[in-house]
Amino acid sequence: MIEIKNVTKTYDGKPALINVNLSLQTGKIIGLLGPNGSGKTTLIKILNGLLRDYKGEVLIDGNPVNEISKSLVSYLPDRNYLPNWTNAEGAIKIFKDLYQDFDEEKMRSLFAKLNLDPKQPLKKMSKGMKEKFQLALVMSRNAKIYILDEPIGGVDPAARELILKTILENYAPESLVLISTHLIADIEQIFDSVVFLKEGQVVLFEDVDTIRQTQGKSIEEYFKEVFRC
Amino acid sequence: MDTFQNTQPIYLQIMNLIKKQIATSVFNPGQLLESVRELALVYQVNPNTVQRALSELEREGLVRSERTIGRYITKDEAAIAQLHQNLVDEATSTYINTLLELHMSQESIITTVKNRLKGDNT
Repeated sequence: MIEIKNVTKTYDGKPALINVNLSLQTGKIIGLLGPNGSGKTTLIKILNGLLRDYKGEVLIDGNPVNEISKSLVSYLPDRNYLPNWTNAEGAIKIFKDLYQDFDEEKMRSLFAKLNLDPKQPLKKMSKGMKEKFQLALVMSRNAKIYILDEPIGGVDPAARELILKTILENYAPESLVLISTHLIADIEQIFDSVVFLKEGQVVLFEDVDTIRQTQGKSIEEYFKEVFRC
Repeated sequence: MDTFQNTQPIYLQIMNLIKKQIATSVFNPGQLLESVRELALVYQVNPNTVQRALSELEREGLVRSERTIGRYITKDEAAIAQLHQNLVDEATSTYINTLLELHMSQESIITTVKNRLKGDNT
């Protein structure tokens, strides 16, 4: 579903991604794990067409990154991208215009489940509410691919559980879900496999239960071992 | 929400949980199981993890599936009795081995168990 071939990206001569090769299959929930600055967000931006000057090839369901590939991917960026004055009603209008696979009914029911007020604009929301707001939008698309950049980064532990539940309950069956995070312990139970990114390079791409079986460790413990300075 | 140990394969933990539920008649023989996706939400894990646990249980003959009906617990009562026996044997072996490693004699193991069952901790 996502093919990444020999992708290298540099910022002013400094490498951010070095010869990344990944083949991500449909029907899987994959964790993209790495410390800050390891290249997670750079890779995600490339997949979503926000960075174009890189070497190598990216194919999304057979398409290069273009308007077609963007229509297949439901993307949660790591920061707010909607205008501050937008409330749910405004966001629904925007998403209906942009995406044919947007399910307005689902969005409204998610808003209720997440205890959000559809009239409240983003600028009056707390950080946690904003994250839930954007997640509700992203999960209301019946997409082939969901790419979630740090979906639980800014919320307290109680809200994290609610967000994970929302992801599990709402991703379209047979789709691919790619989630970047540095909060591994809270989320590792929902992964099929994980990618470890270290200084721009893929150092591991493995099934999570295989890691647990062969290492006798949780993914978080193994991550700490691999990334110990 | 059930929580699993992140240090062990989660599909194995789900298998063990379901085995226990079969052995103790939380699931009855022939009882229909919820769908993979529903179970994934109950356990708060990935559907593929549930799928793997159920496939393994199927391979062990404890779960059956039929295209038109779905997955259900085996109706083979002998297999369920055997499962119960296996779980008892495993727990017993683990317990006895731990005590043998602590240099307990057979007699003192038996005495300890009897006393504990009587509610005496000494």
